[in-house]
Amino acid sequence: MMSNSLKLTVPEGQPFIDYQREFDFPVADVFRAHKEPDLIVQWLGPRGLKMDIDHYDFRTGGSYSYLHTGPDGVAYEFSGVFHTVRDNEFAIQTFEFGGYPDVVSLEFLTFEDLGGGRCRLTGHSVYPSQEARDGMAQSGMEGGMTEGYERLDELLSGAAAGTSATGQPEAGKVRA
Amino acid sequence: MDTGDDELLDAAFLALADPVRRRIISRLSRGPATVNELAEPFAITKQAVSKHIQVLEQAQLVTRTRDAQRRPVHLNPARLEALTAWIDQYRLVREEQFRSLDAVLRSTAAAGGTQEKDS
Repeated sequence: MMSNSLKLTVPEGQPFIDYQREFDFPVADVFRAHKEPDLIVQWLGPRGLKMDIDHYDFRTGGSYSYLHTGPDGVAYEFSGVFHTVRDNEFAIQTFEFGGYPDVVSLEFLTFEDLGGGRCRLTGHSVYPSQEARDGMAQSGMEGGMTEGYERLDELLSGAAAGTSATGQPEAGKVRA
Repeated sequence: MDTGDDELLDAAFLALADPVRRRIISRLSRGPATVNELAEPFAITKQAVSKHIQVLEQAQLVTRTRDAQRRPVHLNPARLEALTAWIDQYRLVREEQFRSLDAVLRSTAAAGGTQEKDS
């Protein structure tokens, strides 16, 4: 099975990050996976980190806050507001990593129906400056990288399809 | 990553925060150059350009050869590579995230009925 590849652009001299990813699932399914907290916890956080959602209200005027907690007990907080949410189409939200307070990025998310039960997700992140982008993306990723490579190895060996079906974070391993 | 690495990384990002220094780096990516050559395109003094080069040198983004009179400035590609490492990390985390999303979509589709319930 071919997996859809991520197209990532991190332009030099501009405070943006752009990405595109296609899915072999209908746009409504992908949108729902962004909206429902019990689905969000199954994919938004890197595995090996426990994700605890304080609230996640994916609608225009809503807000969110969640914690990623590593096996070492270190918690990474993320929060923001949903400025615009249009079902199966588009969302604008702010994003703030607790480790970089007040450095807030704007995230534009476009859901695009490709027909044939496929869709494309396009993300455009705008940071206050290029330095903020580099610094924030880097620190924000440290939590995500704790077990990133280990996870990648598993994915490459094909183990992911079997284990992730339960969608449960490995709560037993985590002391929060 | 230890503190020394972090400090060096901070120094490098700070060094690259300046547009003049970014243009110097961009010029050096085409090959070594003397301070005079580097100063040419800028409407600032050679002295000011020297200061910019010093900042880049402290961040280990460039080196200067001691032997020649001209003392040309060289790019330190290994250092620049370390700077872009975070982009690879970012990519890896995003890729992992979307593969997890694939798995979630697969399992909800397999479970069936969720679509009807929702709409």
